[in-house]
Amino acid sequence: MSANQFKNPVVRWIDHRLPIFSFLNHEATEYPTPKNLNYFWNFGSLAGISLVIMIITGIVLSMNYTAHVDYAFDSVERIMRDVNHGWLLRYIHMNGASFFFIVVFIHIFRGLYYGSYKAPRELLWMLGVVILLLMMATAFMGYVLPWGQMSFWGATVITNLFSALPFVGEGIVTWLWGGFSVDNPTLNRFFSLHYLLPFVIVGVVILHLVALHRFGSNNPLGIDTRGPQDTIPFHPYYTIKDFFGLSVFLTFFAAAVFFFPNFMGHPDNYIPANALQTPAHIVPEWYFLPFYAILRAVPDKLGGVLAMFGAIAVLFILPWLDSSPVRSGRFRPIFKIFFWVFFADCLVLGYIGAMPAEGIYVVIGRVATVWYFLHFLLILPILSVAETPRPLPQSISTPIFGGAGAMAGAAAAPKRKVE
Amino acid sequence: MKKPILTLAAAVISASFSLPALSAGGGDVILRQEEWSFSGPFGTFNKASMQRGFQAYKEVCAGCHSMNYIAFRNLADLGYNEAEIKAIAAEYEVEDGPNDEGEMFMRNGIPADRIPAPYPNELAARAANNGAYPPDLSLIVKARANGADYLYSLLTSYEDAPAGTVVPEGMYYNAAYSGHMIAMPQPLYGDDVEYADGADTSMDAVAKDLVNFMAWAAEPALEERKRMGVAVMIFLVLLSGLSFGAMRFIWADVKKAEA
Amino acid sequence: MAALKTKKAAPAADQKSRRDFIVVATYSMGAVGAGAFAWPLIDQMNPAADTLALASIEVDVSKIAEGQSITLKWRGKPVFIRHRTKTEIDEALRDDALNMRDPQVDSDRVQKPEYLVVLGVCTHLGCVPLGQKVGEVRGEYDGWFCPCHGSHYDSSGRIRKGPAPTNLEIPPYAFLSDEVIKIG
Repeated sequence: MSANQFKNPVVRWIDHRLPIFSFLNHEATEYPTPKNLNYFWNFGSLAGISLVIMIITGIVLSMNYTAHVDYAFDSVERIMRDVNHGWLLRYIHMNGASFFFIVVFIHIFRGLYYGSYKAPRELLWMLGVVILLLMMATAFMGYVLPWGQMSFWGATVITNLFSALPFVGEGIVTWLWGGFSVDNPTLNRFFSLHYLLPFVIVGVVILHLVALHRFGSNNPLGIDTRGPQDTIPFHPYYTIKDFFGLSVFLTFFAAAVFFFPNFMGHPDNYIPANALQTPAHIVPEWYFLPFYAILRAVPDKLGGVLAMFGAIAVLFILPWLDSSPVRSGRFRPIFKIFFWVFFADCLVLGYIGAMPAEGIYVVIGRVATVWYFLHFLLILPILSVAETPRPLPQSISTPIFGGAGAMAGAAAAPKRKVE
Repeated sequence: MKKPILTLAAAVISASFSLPALSAGGGDVILRQEEWSFSGPFGTFNKASMQRGFQAYKEVCAGCHSMNYIAFRNLADLGYNEAEIKAIAAEYEVEDGPNDEGEMFMRNGIPADRIPAPYPNELAARAANNGAYPPDLSLIVKARANGADYLYSLLTSYEDAPAGTVVPEGMYYNAAYSGHMIAMPQPLYGDDVEYADGADTSMDAVAKDLVNFMAWAAEPALEERKRMGVAVMIFLVLLSGLSFGAMRFIWADVKKAEA
Repeated sequence: MAALKTKKAAPAADQKSRRDFIVVATYSMGAVGAGAFAWPLIDQMNPAADTLALASIEVDVSKIAEGQSITLKWRGKPVFIRHRTKTEIDEALRDDALNMRDPQVDSDRVQKPEYLVVLGVCTHLGCVPLGQKVGEVRGEYDGWFCPCHGSHYDSSGRIRKGPAPTNLEIPPYAFLSDEVIKIG
């Protein structure tokens, strides 16, 4: 950690006054990382890169976009037809949103399976949930900008959710719209916020990283690192692994952008917004479908809205709902089963969200919604006390199972000694 | 460890790919499937057919349907040269102005102009068509689920209503249209156009020409996109392979220590 | 002893150089990819296809009466086309021999003597000179007069008096036929 570790005199001069190079060296190069991370740990860095791709393409798209109800649709078509490489930039941005969510959802399920939300990483987890919320708001407002039929009606339906709030609801909706329907003022503020929020996300991501580097990454065994024999420096080991993961990710991403660019979109959004005609089936973007299903599962307007927000809110208190001292699902036989049931439940909710709200779909939607909340509010607390975990290994590098070492995860030490 | 990875990946991929497809389906009709030259990773547009489609659009559709996003200069993609495009543009009168007196005036079209719309606005279009709005066709292939097949089916599926079905005044029965009652009268009967190249002018053939033309109009960058896509995919697959090799080299000492 | 050592070390060194090569190759290829991705980001700021389509315009000059001028907008700037009278042409030719700030003969500034095509932007600080409309000030040399800082241009668009450093610029143009000019 001495400032003189750098050979280049310019770097050394700067670093003495502004220790940016020591900081980077410490946090991005030396940073001791558990050596047993599997490929699921690639998705954190992939999410970060997705965010960067979205911000870069978004900035250049905004140079060609006009946020006005009379010009928005036309300006997007101009991007698609006349702007140099405009179609490429827009398809990257459009599909990038979907891929960002795919990556983040995998990242979240990885955290759920390996208990990455548990002490001492509760705040790390909660910051992640904040990022998810910000992403959802950003994606929703971005989808409004092309001002197609789905943009318009999506904006109308989602903003109307707030009208469910007693007393202040109507006022809030009018305030959100800046008028008496979704119109030009709404489009303008959505554009403004859609540009702003990604940078707020960057800020929260930085906090997320600070919190991560406090105790270091969790790992598939869910036990703490016990010293240098359990860790390897981030560079070159995880830089190359993340690079490989990025190449594979980009391959899938490019396949969508170049060969199925509209697969995850909806044809109705190529029809200009029409305030007098709602499309026959209005569906949110696929990443909102599970939440949309929860919204519709509750037959009460306010109840539905509360349930939908509750589905995310419950993630905030997850670290206290699951109090089992064993982090990794690998050593929790019953938890593991319920994890996969929960995962299937989320897929079912997504499927139901895409289906019309009628007949059997309503019933399935309600059962799946109830199960979603039961999993967090009942099953996890009960499992915390009722389940007998399998014995934990003594350390990452010693595959010896130490009796009932269930407490191995409890005493995590900070990665960095206080200086 | 391999199993959950694969399960999760498979589930996420299938979820992300099947849901929108299901939601986009909708409707009570079965479409006629056709092999289009522009589908598939190496798909390209059929220029001769697009030129015929443009002619059919001008002679059959353009009386009611606009193509607001297509400029004459875009017709270069159909294989027309500059002089031909100028001549096509000059056939049209477009509104320009205001001039020095503040009046709008008509002049001959130039390549930079867009194809003029048949009606000045949506209300005028509705007024002239019994209240139905003939939609703009420049994006129609992308604005409908399975747009190419849908359009082809729609153009070729006018038939007599089954016994017992009452077709209201001003409506027509079309097997490919959701609800089967469509306000657009049958546009193609066969031999509606005369092609200079002597190509088939049956209803089926003209419908395909129109679809080829409109698929291009909806996504003019399609060929460039797919060409670039093939190059990018090759690059990324190579990069994945190379970085996998680099990863194995770098991790070799860690793996050896574990073994 | 030394020979033995090198023999033993050789495969390890070989392995290491192969490792270094593939790692450097990987990251270089990544850098190339990132560089290629930068191009669309930069290129989108270049003029788009619809802008380029209007980068050249065609004008029918047969409708301009002798002694009259028209002003067109071309690439966002005014273009002056003047159908010059016999007197104006003669004045321009007569002054060819004079010592001017930006010496140029009239025949170098026109393709057909009757039609003078110039960019209507004063070469001083970019104002649009007067003299297009009938009755407007044309300056002391029967051409144009820039009201901003008093530059006088003659009937060939040459700077004759005032602060402007050079003659009015001639845009690239060509006669497609006797009547039609393509500018740009």
